[in-house]
This record gives sequence, structure tokens and C-alpha cells, in this order.
Amino acid sequence: MTSAAPILQLTGIGKQFPGVTALDDVDLRVLPGEVHALMGENGAGKSTLIKVLTGVHPADSGTILLDSREVTFGSPLDAQQAGISTVYQEVNLCPNLSVAENVLIGREPRRFGRIQWKAMRRRAAERLAELDLDLDVTAPLSQYSLAIQQMVAIARALEVKARVLVLDEPTSSLDTGEVEQLFRVMRTLKEQGVAILFVSHFLDQVYEIADRMTILRNGRREGDYPTGELSQVELIAKMIGRDLAELERLEERPPARTTGTLLQADGLGRTGGIEPFSLTIREGEVVGLAGLLGSGRTEVARLLFGADHATSGSVTLDGEPVSLRTPQIAMTHKIAFCPEDRKADGLIPDLTVRENVVLALQARRGWTRPIPREQQAQLVDRYIKALKISPANPEQLVRNLSGGNQQKVLLARWLILEPRLLILDEPTRGIDVGAKAEIQRLVAELSDGGMAVLFISAELEEVLRLSHKVGVLRDRRLIAELPNDDTLTTEVLMQTIASGGRS
Amino acid sequence: MTALTGAVVPRKYLPVLVTAGLFLAMFIAGGTRYEGFFSAQVVLNVFIDNAFLLVVAVGMTFVILTGGIDLSVGSMVALATMVAAVLLNAGWPPVAVIVVVLLIGAGLGLGMGCMIHFFEIQPFIATLAGMFLARGLCYTIGTDSIPITDPTFTAAAQTQVPLGGELWISPSVLIAVAVVGIAAYVLHQTRFGRTVYATGGNEQSARLMGLPVARTKLGVYTISGFCSALGGLLLAFYMLSGYGLHAVGLELDAIAAVVIGGTLLTGGSGFLIGTVLGVLILGLIQTVISFQGTLSSWWTKIFVGLLLGAFILLQRVISGRKK
Repeated sequence: MTSAAPILQLTGIGKQFPGVTALDDVDLRVLPGEVHALMGENGAGKSTLIKVLTGVHPADSGTILLDSREVTFGSPLDAQQAGISTVYQEVNLCPNLSVAENVLIGREPRRFGRIQWKAMRRRAAERLAELDLDLDVTAPLSQYSLAIQQMVAIARALEVKARVLVLDEPTSSLDTGEVEQLFRVMRTLKEQGVAILFVSHFLDQVYEIADRMTILRNGRREGDYPTGELSQVELIAKMIGRDLAELERLEERPPARTTGTLLQADGLGRTGGIEPFSLTIREGEVVGLAGLLGSGRTEVARLLFGADHATSGSVTLDGEPVSLRTPQIAMTHKIAFCPEDRKADGLIPDLTVRENVVLALQARRGWTRPIPREQQAQLVDRYIKALKISPANPEQLVRNLSGGNQQKVLLARWLILEPRLLILDEPTRGIDVGAKAEIQRLVAELSDGGMAVLFISAELEEVLRLSHKVGVLRDRRLIAELPNDDTLTTEVLMQTIASGGRS
Repeated sequence: MTALTGAVVPRKYLPVLVTAGLFLAMFIAGGTRYEGFFSAQVVLNVFIDNAFLLVVAVGMTFVILTGGIDLSVGSMVALATMVAAVLLNAGWPPVAVIVVVLLIGAGLGLGMGCMIHFFEIQPFIATLAGMFLARGLCYTIGTDSIPITDPTFTAAAQTQVPLGGELWISPSVLIAVAVVGIAAYVLHQTRFGRTVYATGGNEQSARLMGLPVARTKLGVYTISGFCSALGGLLLAFYMLSGYGLHAVGLELDAIAAVVIGGTLLTGGSGFLIGTVLGVLILGLIQTVISFQGTLSSWWTKIFVGLLLGAFILLQRVISGRKK
């Protein structure tokens, strides 16, 4: 296989964005019939490289050889026509159109300009059947789950007879069974000689499916390796460019140094959101919430922040009853909430880092009392340093930052309020190992400093590593509250979730 | 109940069905209340009086389906009547006049489309500029109403196409119905039409899917400009005059008709038949008020306002349920 000529060869690719060098002299070789993983932290340049390859952004320098012929793509359509199809992380389809149209639009079977709807539905159903999917192709795409939509996107990519299939984080919204299904499809395609460029944060998946990998760091190529010749730990070290020892230090659990009760919820609940629950959060304590997606984790957070109205129960803060009716009231009580969806609920991509960071502080002061520019600069500077936000430029637009760094900006916004209770909803989702480790370390530091943290994560290891106490949720009920002593393991947590807390 | 209605009719047809139901209810209510209301000719008269609005609303439907808006249509209609009247009085042959007017409409539409697409100007602003420009051009041509005496135009105004029995329609209605038919075909049976829906559903995705978004956006504004010009010609047939004050506020009627017809203002969802029903409902409100006789014409606006509010709320409920 290594003797085969590469189907795709990128040489010396460079790409500048205002104030950021996204790619610097990057090479990439993909062979026919291989699954090639593109690895790197957030902000390492993976997405930019893919966008250059698929004609979304033009490259500033470098060449792209497809089948040993030099190509330039002015648009995604150019790339598709040349045989490079892409499935993006966020499903890029039209939810208002039918499944069949989403598979085939732009290539519909036509006669004298008229769309042959019957033939179109048949062909779409055939393509989907190749992926073991049996859908109502006339139904609008929006009726189906994200996972199905992702598969429809793949069906669309296959429809063009792609020679290179680019999968940009295709598995982040899929469950285990769906991932297996996707891998089956990938293996079939591989046998047909299709080259697959695969981007994923899930190392286990990469090791399961990829033949070779190219590692990027800070916009440069770190090297390419056959998957079998690089251990996971070596891979992580290369991705983040740090010592292994430092990684292992993160495994140590922060000591519990809790004092008085900060917040107590009694029978707090919301009809249709979460069953009444009681929860005590002490100062300096990290309370983890574990549970499956949709088990009510976010609902608990939203109630405590006043983003939803409680229909029952009460909250006391420092022993005083408080009514957390709105986020503003929660903020005056020094409660901060980093929402799960940083794009939709948190950051404003067209404002600068500085403007995003001071937003919540400004809101709490009231808009009639602007924060002096000098003071803004000092505050923001401090947190850029503390959180290692990169690039360290307060006037950079947030949209130009990578996912991990955007998450840090959102954290900084709430940290400058100096909250007593910080609620983090999935702060590490979709960001890479390095940034993840930093955010985990930060949570540990904050709790050492006396801040209480409510930490929500789908990753049980992470919850266990950080929390002093774990609340377990299932089916919108808080079913157990477990102290994090040496006996608590991910297995125990999973069993608790599975048994519904009755064991 | 949600599950029930969802199973019987796909949700995407729901707004159109509500509109159709409303139209029937209004017609039946009018029929039981007023003598002589319950005749097919009443409905046909609604078509005759609103043929030009129907054509304009068809163009507007294309634009709104892509998630845009076209505020220039009313002024474009006025400009079309004005240009037609002046050229006819200058002795141009009617066919040449019609061709020139349609080209001007399509050209101005294309110009606004270019502003919107290439310079990324909000459709609201770009077409607002077009609205002032077209209205201003009318006044540079003349500030008074210019009568049209051309025999072809007068014939178009006065011919009655018999439909059997006592029923008749005007040639303009035939043109409007043809426009609706062609537009429905284009929207549902051609690649261009489906790309209109895709662009409205998610422009970013449509682009990444390799669809010709640029051509589509230019296309819909060109179509809207063309339809406004054609609507202007139909209005010239109807009024037999060109005047800079014709069709003031027509753009809002057209938008109202499209929205009442169940098309989402955010784009990507709606049907042309809804727009037809929307125009009919607006026309029927006027008819009811003229049958009543004692109500001032302002009641038209009040009813349209209430209806619009109700339909926007309905859309909100329907699209809210999706989430």
C-alpha cells in the first residue's frame, strides 16, 4: 500500500487569517484506499486545512495535487466535481428539503429540465440502502435525528463517486451503534479504493479505523505515522507538544477542601423539565453531574441560574432563602453559568475577545456605567494570561479563535465576575486534549481558591477526576448523590445510571 | 392531537390548509350575510381586481422563499405604468412597449440582486434603495397621471373573456393565472426552483453542498423585478393610465399576501398556492367591506393587520413545535 502513488498530495500549504497564521508550510499525503486521520488540537489548523482542500478558502501558498495533477478549487462545487467530497461536523444540509432532495439536489435526474421525482426518490433510497438506512425519503430532513442527518450527508457525498472523502468530526453526534455503522461504511469504501481523510477527537475511534495519521500542531505539520507505530500517549504528546509527565500530573485528583454550605436546593423542580431534587453545594466544592444526554443535567443548571423558572421547591444561599427568577438575579448572587452551546448561547463571534469577556461584567454594572477602557484592558489581559488564550490578542475577533480558545473566552467572561458558584455545562466538549487538560486544571485551581463549581460532563472519567461529589441523573431525575471516595469508579457510576439508583 | 394532525397531513401543508379554510369560511360567511355575495362572479371579480397584485406576489414569493425581501415592487409597478404610458403616447407600438417595460423591471431587479449578493447588502436596504429610486424615476417622467388611449391596451382593459353562463374574466386574469402556473412549475419541478428552497433553508449549507447560490439569488430578484413590471402592465390595463402615485404601499400588500399564504419570512418553506389564497383573502376582505357598505375602507387595513398578526403567530407555533 505504501508503494502506491498518493491520490492526494498537498505541499507547502500556507494560510493567513487577519492576525493569525492558520497554516504554515503544511504537507499532507493521502493514499488511495486508506483511512488517513488528521490529528491535532483545536486551533492546530485541521479545519482550515480541510477548508483549503475543499475549496471553501483559497490557500495563500502551496500546491494541491490530485492524482498527480495540480488543481485549484474556487468553490466547494469545484472540489466536488474533481472528486473530493466533504461531510462537515455540523450537518450542512437543508433541513427544510426532503431526504431525497438532500441526497441529490444539484444532481437530480432530469428530463428536459424537469426533475424526475420518482427516479430521484428511488436513487436516494438506493444510496441510503447502501448505508443500511431505510428512511422515508419524502419526509423533510428535519424530522430525523442528527445522527441520521449525518448519514444522509455521507450518502450525498457518496453520490458524487468521490475518490477522496473528507469526514470532519463525523462521529461527535453519533452513539456507539451509529459509529459502528459508519465504520462499516468506511471499510466498504476503503475496499473500493476511496481515500478517506478522517478528523476526530476520539482517539479510540482513530486507532480503530485509521491506517495512517498526520499530526498538526499550531498550524504546522508535526509528522505522519502509521497508526500502529504510535501509542496514544505518544500521539497526545505530539499533538500538544508537552511532556508526558505533565499529562500524568493531571490525573491527580484535587484535594477536597470544603467549608460551609453555599447553596442548598430543596425539592427544586420544573414540570416537564426535571423532577424535584435536593442538592447541597459547599464552598470550594466541585459537584459533578453525571448522566446520559437528555437526563436532565442541563435542566438542573438552568434552574440554579434562573434561566428556567422552577415550578416547585426553594433555594437558600448562605442560609438565606433566595428566589432565582432570572439570570440577572442569579448573577447578583454571584452565580455564573457557562452554557453548553457556546455558539448559540454564549459568545458573540463578531465582537473581539475583550468585548466578549467584559460583557457579563458590564451587564451586572448596568449599561449606564461603562467600564473604563483601561480597566477593561487590564482585566482581559490578566485572564488571557491566566487561561492561556491564544492568540493573546484582546482585539482579535472571537470568530477567528479555535473552539477550545472560544471556550476559554467564555470562561473568562464569567470568571471576571468572581462568582461564588460557577456552573460549567460541558465545558470540554468538542475541544482537544490540551485545552481540556487546561480547563480541568483551572476548575481544580478555582475550587482550591474556595469557589464552588457545578461541573457537567458526558465524560465520566472527567467528572470523577474533578468532583468531590457526583450527582447522578437519569430520566430527568436526580437518582443518587455519591461522595467521590476511592470506591467510586466509572463502573459504579454507569451501574448507578443503569439501575436507576435502586441498588 | 399533534401526533394526529401530523399523521394525517404533513406539517408543511398546515399553513396553506389553514389559509384555504379561512378563505372558505369568509366566503360562506359573506354568502349567508349579504344578498348576491354567493356567486362565482364575486370570486372572479376578486381575481379581476387583483390580477396585478397576484403577479407581483408571485415574484415576492420567490424572494421570500430564499429568505429575502423586496420592498421595491410597489414603486416598480408605478414606474412600469409610467414608462408604458409615456412610450405609448410617443407612438411606440404596444408590443415594443411591453418588451421594454419588462426588460426595465428585470434589469432593475437584477441590479438589486447584484447589490445584495456581491456587496452583501441586506435585502431590506438594497430594495429600499430600489423603492426610492423607482418612485423617484416616476416623477422625473411626469408628476401627473398620464392617460393611455392605445387601442391594444384599451382592448385588454375592456375585453371580457366568457367562461360560460354569465361568468367572465379579464385577459389580465389569464395572464396572472399563467404566471402562477409557470412559477409553480419552476419552483417544484426545476433545479432552479429547488435551489430557491435550499437557499432559504440554509444558505451556508446550500453553498457547501455545491449549489449555485449566487445565480439563484440574482435569479429571484430578477424574477421579482420582472413580475413587478408585468404587474405594472396589468395595472395599466386596469387603470388605463400611468401615474407616479399608483400602487403606493403595494409592496406591503404583496408581502402580506405571501405571509398569509403560509410562506415563512425566514425562507425555505411555503407554496405558491398559498400566495394565491393570500391574494384572494385580501381581495375578499375588500369585497366584504364594499358589500357591507357602511364600513370605511380603513377596515380593510384593520382586518389585514389582524390576519397578519394571527398568521405570524401561527407560523411561530408551527415552527416552534419542530424544535
